[in-house]
Amino acid sequence: MDQFLQFLITGITVGSIYALVALGFTIIYNASDVVNFAQGEFVMIGAMTAIYLSGKGMPLILSAVTAVAVTVVIGMLLEKLAIEKARNATVVTTIIITIGASILLRGAALLLWGKDYYGLEAFSGEEPIHIGTATILPQNLWVIGGTAIAVLCVKFFFDRTMLGKAILACSFNKRAASLVGINVRMMLLIAYGLSAGLGACAGILIAPITFMSYQSGVMLGLKGFCAAILGGMGNSTGAVAGGLLLGILEALGAGFISSGYKDAISFFIILLVLFFRPSGLFGKAGTERV
Amino acid sequence: MKRLLGFYIFAVLVLGLGLLFPDDYYVTVVGTTVIQNIVLAVSLNLLMGNAGQISLGHAAFFGMGAYISAILTTRFGINPWAAMVVSAITVAVISYLISKPILRLKGHYLAMATLGVGIIIHIFMVQADSITGGPDGMSDIPGLSILGHAIEGDFAWYMLFALFMLFVVWAALNIVDSRAGRALAAVHGSEIAAQMVGIDTARVKTHIFVFSTVIASLVGSLFVHQQAFVSPESFSFFFSVELVTMVVLGGLASVFGSVFGAVILTLLPEFLLVFEDYEVLIYGAILMIIMIFLPDGLFVTMKRNILHWLQKRKGAENTEHPSPGMEG
Repeated sequence: MDQFLQFLITGITVGSIYALVALGFTIIYNASDVVNFAQGEFVMIGAMTAIYLSGKGMPLILSAVTAVAVTVVIGMLLEKLAIEKARNATVVTTIIITIGASILLRGAALLLWGKDYYGLEAFSGEEPIHIGTATILPQNLWVIGGTAIAVLCVKFFFDRTMLGKAILACSFNKRAASLVGINVRMMLLIAYGLSAGLGACAGILIAPITFMSYQSGVMLGLKGFCAAILGGMGNSTGAVAGGLLLGILEALGAGFISSGYKDAISFFIILLVLFFRPSGLFGKAGTERV
Repeated sequence: MKRLLGFYIFAVLVLGLGLLFPDDYYVTVVGTTVIQNIVLAVSLNLLMGNAGQISLGHAAFFGMGAYISAILTTRFGINPWAAMVVSAITVAVISYLISKPILRLKGHYLAMATLGVGIIIHIFMVQADSITGGPDGMSDIPGLSILGHAIEGDFAWYMLFALFMLFVVWAALNIVDSRAGRALAAVHGSEIAAQMVGIDTARVKTHIFVFSTVIASLVGSLFVHQQAFVSPESFSFFFSVELVTMVVLGGLASVFGSVFGAVILTLLPEFLLVFEDYEVLIYGAILMIIMIFLPDGLFVTMKRNILHWLQKRKGAENTEHPSPGMEG
């Protein structure tokens, strides 16, 4: 039981990160119908930039803010230079373009930072907090709390602000949105920036717990994609729930079954979801348009 | 004769290179890797280009062929050729079984599912060390022999790989031009429309999926006997993406496009030593630039432009007999 609690803490921490990545996926998917395979690279770039800057002596908070800003710019560049140019491309084409973008960003990170793993200092010490026999690190609380705040901000943004509603309008119908005076191109740009920023936040939050390298984004991105599918593609509540669920299942699987097969467990779950309920846990079953 | 003219020229070129330069490192050593990648790219392209079904897990089937052959020959002492057949049959059965649920999926769901299958198989290779040798892999895998003659030396392996590759290219060209190929093209165009004209789309997709994975498995078996060594590194998600890059660089649905893509992307790192640090970056850039600006692929676009230009010249010389365009 104590073990269970410990695994649960790990699961919710990792799951929070998956939730943020999945939320980023969902924002881009809703805004532009593109599944962005470079989402994990936003996480990696956010983390690596923050680690690099704080290593150069910049205060943690300042490095984090700069890292998020850098990632947001990269996200917007991806939209402007690649996605916008290939507006009429097929699904397969856009998938390959974003895979290309992810390889490109990974290659750039490899040139800048090499193959080494780096860690970030914990935000507020490493003194573990005991809950019964289980322990929780302050950083775990930062991850969970940070994710909760980010998710609420995104929700507020889409529900209550004019800008958020304008982006939603674009995702429902681009032409209708442009007819009521919404600058669709600008909205897409903002959506990509927002999504990249969320990824960067996830990376910075998790960097003190797991070491980061130029390759760390791949698995995080794919897991975030899994979480988005698990929750139902395009459903932001589903994405967050899917992320937490996937994190917990993975931690329990790693703890009670085998840690070596941890990643295999996640992908196995996703295959089951795809085979039996492709619309996800929270999605509605759709029909194909000819 | 005319339909397969390109193929005959290609065959003469491949075999001729081997015969003329049997001791050249770039021809017989690098060339064998090029040929192996041609087989993988051509088989993947049948699935991606002709049937329109993206696969991000092709390397895993290549790996399955390699590992099953390695395990059967080293641990059970089975004849390599028999092991190769067993691997191919095993891969066929597995891909047949997973094709039913997987090929029902489309677009990014299909991408995710094939990626998932590829990653699970790769993790199994790394983790199941009592069976696969774990991350270190397996060594001392026996070579092949034909009628009692052991295949030894780079030249012999090159020729064996070349003959197999030519068979695969020939088969792919014929499939594309057959009834099945037209059915595939219809599935690619619109699955629902294909169903409407009476094509059993699920069957067509399953057949091509099984065929393409079996080809990958066979070349995997050849690879493992040639190398005498196998490790999971060769079959990762990244290699699957590299194969997709080859297909896309040449052009979807073009057999010789895949040949072109495989040749270019296998040779580039060999010839550009500075390439090493930039390899990942350049791969990504190629993939993006081609897909954004030349979504039909470099080879296909070049070929179209050359044919167009030839036709215009011909048309200028002799306007009475405009020749029909060649596509494919």
